[in-house]
Amino acid sequence: MASPAILLILIFLIVPFVLAFGLSFTNQRLLSPNPTEFVGMRNFEQLLGMGVLKLEPLPAPDEQVEGSDPEYPPLRNFTRNNPDYPHLNGMREWFSIPWGQDRVFVLAQDVLFIKALVNTVLFVAIVAPLQGGLALLLALMINQKLPGINIFRTIYFLPVVISIVVVSLLFRFIYDGNNGLLNTLLGYASFGAFKPVDWLGRTDTALAAIIGASIWQAVGFHMVIWLSGLQTIPVSLYEAADIDGATHLQKFRYVTWPGLRNTAVLILIVITIQAFSVFAQINLMTRGGPLDSTQTLVFQVVARGYEKQDIAGGSAISVLMFVFVLCISLAQRYLTRSKD
Amino acid sequence: MDDSLTARREERMKRLLLATAIVAAALMNSSSFAATELTMWYHGAGGDAGLNPEERNGVLSVIDEFNSSQSDWVVKLESFPRAVYNDSVTAAALAGNLPDILDVDGPNMPNWAWSGYMQPLPLTDEDIANFLPGPIGKWQGKLYSIGLWDSAVAIFARKSILDEFGIRIPTLDQPWTGDEFNAALESLKASGKFEYPIDMGTAWTGEWYPYAFSPFLQSFGGDIVDRTTYKTAQNVLNGPEAIAFGEWWQNLFTSKLAPGTSQDPGDRATGFIEGKYALSWNGNWQALPAVEKFGDDLLFLPAPDFGHGSKIGAASWQFGISSTSKHPDGAAAFIKFAIQDKFLVRFSDLGGFIPARKTAAEQSVNYKPGAPLEVFFGLSEKQGFVRPVTPGYVVDARVFEKAVADIANGADVVDTLDAAADEIDADIERNNGYGF
Amino acid sequence: MAGSVFIARRAGTAWSYALLILVALIFLIPIVFMVMSSFKPDQQLLSDSGSIRAFLPVGDLSLQNYVGAFERVPVALFVFNSVFVTAVTVVLSLLVCSLAGFSLAFLNWFGRDTVLAVIIATLIVPFETIAIPLLLMVAKLPWISTHGFEVGWLNTYHVQIIPWVADGLTVFLFVQYFRDLPRDLLEAARIDGASWWQVYRMVIMPLSGPVLATAAILKCLAMYNQYLWPLMVTQAEAYRPLMVGLQYFFQLNIAWGQVMAYLCIVSVPIIVLYLVLQRAFITSIASTGIKG
Repeated sequence: MASPAILLILIFLIVPFVLAFGLSFTNQRLLSPNPTEFVGMRNFEQLLGMGVLKLEPLPAPDEQVEGSDPEYPPLRNFTRNNPDYPHLNGMREWFSIPWGQDRVFVLAQDVLFIKALVNTVLFVAIVAPLQGGLALLLALMINQKLPGINIFRTIYFLPVVISIVVVSLLFRFIYDGNNGLLNTLLGYASFGAFKPVDWLGRTDTALAAIIGASIWQAVGFHMVIWLSGLQTIPVSLYEAADIDGATHLQKFRYVTWPGLRNTAVLILIVITIQAFSVFAQINLMTRGGPLDSTQTLVFQVVARGYEKQDIAGGSAISVLMFVFVLCISLAQRYLTRSKD
Repeated sequence: MDDSLTARREERMKRLLLATAIVAAALMNSSSFAATELTMWYHGAGGDAGLNPEERNGVLSVIDEFNSSQSDWVVKLESFPRAVYNDSVTAAALAGNLPDILDVDGPNMPNWAWSGYMQPLPLTDEDIANFLPGPIGKWQGKLYSIGLWDSAVAIFARKSILDEFGIRIPTLDQPWTGDEFNAALESLKASGKFEYPIDMGTAWTGEWYPYAFSPFLQSFGGDIVDRTTYKTAQNVLNGPEAIAFGEWWQNLFTSKLAPGTSQDPGDRATGFIEGKYALSWNGNWQALPAVEKFGDDLLFLPAPDFGHGSKIGAASWQFGISSTSKHPDGAAAFIKFAIQDKFLVRFSDLGGFIPARKTAAEQSVNYKPGAPLEVFFGLSEKQGFVRPVTPGYVVDARVFEKAVADIANGADVVDTLDAAADEIDADIERNNGYGF
Repeated sequence: MAGSVFIARRAGTAWSYALLILVALIFLIPIVFMVMSSFKPDQQLLSDSGSIRAFLPVGDLSLQNYVGAFERVPVALFVFNSVFVTAVTVVLSLLVCSLAGFSLAFLNWFGRDTVLAVIIATLIVPFETIAIPLLLMVAKLPWISTHGFEVGWLNTYHVQIIPWVADGLTVFLFVQYFRDLPRDLLEAARIDGASWWQVYRMVIMPLSGPVLATAAILKCLAMYNQYLWPLMVTQAEAYRPLMVGLQYFFQLNIAWGQVMAYLCIVSVPIIVLYLVLQRAFITSIASTGIKG
């Protein structure tokens, strides 16, 4: 009875994934007259290669002003065809930190991939608790017994049915730097004191803006899951707490939260998986910019595999991503396992 | 009761027979029809919003006339949204599902030819005599694609404003030098009358970036790849000339001389006409609304010369034959039919395109001598410079686009250009030199 | 005394409503903006977005954008394609996945737990990462139709349907739900001599209203909002769905009013469906007992 589903999942999910896995060990191009060659782990080494280099400052020229930043020799002297530093060949600076008089440069073979990885992890680390938490707040709000509460429940869930593609386009207007809706509203709220911000055009706000749009679209869904958890908590427990004279906060701490344990685990894992695959918002709102501040893993998979026709490189990222998410999901399950 | 039921059943039976007869007749008819169907793909689904809905109508009218002019071939058009056209062709090529006639953006042609999804176009030199260089799609000595029109970019300006600030009006023979251009921008900025002195069109992401901005790099003396070998970008994309370009480019944005990469698309469309921008680096296809608004006050100025000549991009959309076509002779017949002067003129008159052939330009409303857009034909002829003719261009273009966007957003110029050059080199190496 | 408690409760209720309304505005504002903008000419749309006028039906209102959108895109065809593909996929998916869920929840067979684990693991593979290999595959798959035997699935309805019929999430939903059903019902039926097939049809399915509704809703949303896959597999306009039509508007200069009109056209069917069925939408998801 399970065979149709198993067969379909095998053909349309697992086989393509295994194909991608296989491609990640080759130099396959999307379209190319060149023969495909097996390259072993090279794609992975290319993605994950990192190095560290400590450099002393160049001797300061005489006329250098006291206290100005010291100059360092160009990194390319070490990372391009330097026989003394073969392990650094082809690397670029990811970031650097001062080390006394010297400076330590952290280098990566593929800085873009590393940035995409860091952004994705950041995105997940912010979205998972924030979206889960806001969804819980909304669920508590609409779990009140008030007349007309269903209207609010309906409204809060409404964005869930709208395509993320539509949402991304709408939020481009909302975040517009000149006369976007967000700037306008903040201007009204602060009686004109607020200076317009180009939300998607600044490296320090772009990712946050995308997080905002993502949460706006998806939070209603998780609210409903919380709601289902809330409704499984027996009313008698609250009545008992009332008799004991518990405050709202105490009731939440000792009755509600313990009752939501399983729901919380589920929501955390679901949001984590969804957030890892963030793509449509990036593709339609920033395309990874400005200055790579919104690059993400899946966006890189598509940008490389499809637009730059490097399907082997794209597949290698897919495989790494699968491994990361699998590890994180297993870790989450392990850490949140029932203690009893 | 019973009778009426029988009657109804008979009626139904008759209708069924009639329908069968019609279907059968239709089938017979189509199978006895001698013309062979040629499929053609085209990037104009949905038209060009408020800009060139006419391009699509032009293509349709050429097809109609071709189909009725002879009885061997019938061309059938399938339109794709412009933004996903290239991806659609790639997907179809992967699936071995290409049409007979392909529409290809000029600089992408070498990649498609090298990847093996286009075949040489059997046109003679005579067929393409008097053509502008841009619309002729040649790779490795063979003609693969041919365009019915070209496009050109100019600085849109207003004579009254230049006069007001005492800025010299440049000519094709004597364009602005880089210093003159920079000084003009500074004095326009100092006036405080404009949001920005010039609009570069940074809102138009995608191919616009390499098409419109790489000619500045080339005017500085750099390039996207080294065209003598096509095997490296070192020293051309990150040499001293390229760094000078990068610093100039970055300064446009740090000094607020031009709106940055998050420019509002609406402002790009109307900012110059509304007077928000004093100058606009813009294409001939956007010229007619500006002509309408400013009339004789409007000027189309050549690109500034940063030391290695005044340059603009060339080559627009072109037609070619797919490698899997079973009827290349029919496809070639259509393309040859389409490049007649009368169609080049029709396209130009409908949509403001630059006719690909000189004899057609002389007959067109907008480009004949003395016409409002004539200057663009001169620009195309004199300054038009094709983007690097290499299969690697599809990757190079994306690398270049990201590099100039990053520099505009404040990235370190030298590091960014070094990284871009390295990425292009790595890609060339991974592709065994792209056949060079 | 009673009066003051009453007043305090009234005040608390007022605060609750104020908060509820404020949050509701956050969710509604972008949607109201979309709808209002779709009736405004481009110029006004852009200038209005800098003021409260963006949410108000003021200025030069007309259906011009809708007319333009219908001229640009074959809307009726795309609506049909979207609805057809979505409906067929949902029906097939419910059948196939509920059968699988039944088998995985109730039957004992070799390798069952491994299969379930693998199915759940597929949840963490984003579609974008397998899109290209999948495209390569479907381009070579055989198909038998009224025209005889064919190779390649591109430009068909079934290429948009079959790969999406079975998925890990739907199977998982059914397994979870079935496991919580009382087993004695099932065992009683077995003792009465019912086959597994009869148990599925007569005992389990009649009890599965909420999970069927939830699975249908989630599948419906996912299918209707499909974007990347149809873009890759529909070179022929005749098979394109609504979401692909959006690309028709992304020219160099974008007619934003028409985009807004099209966004409304795209969103209205699903919003109406949601509003009509909203009770089922929310209560079924809530009562499926999606839980860890």
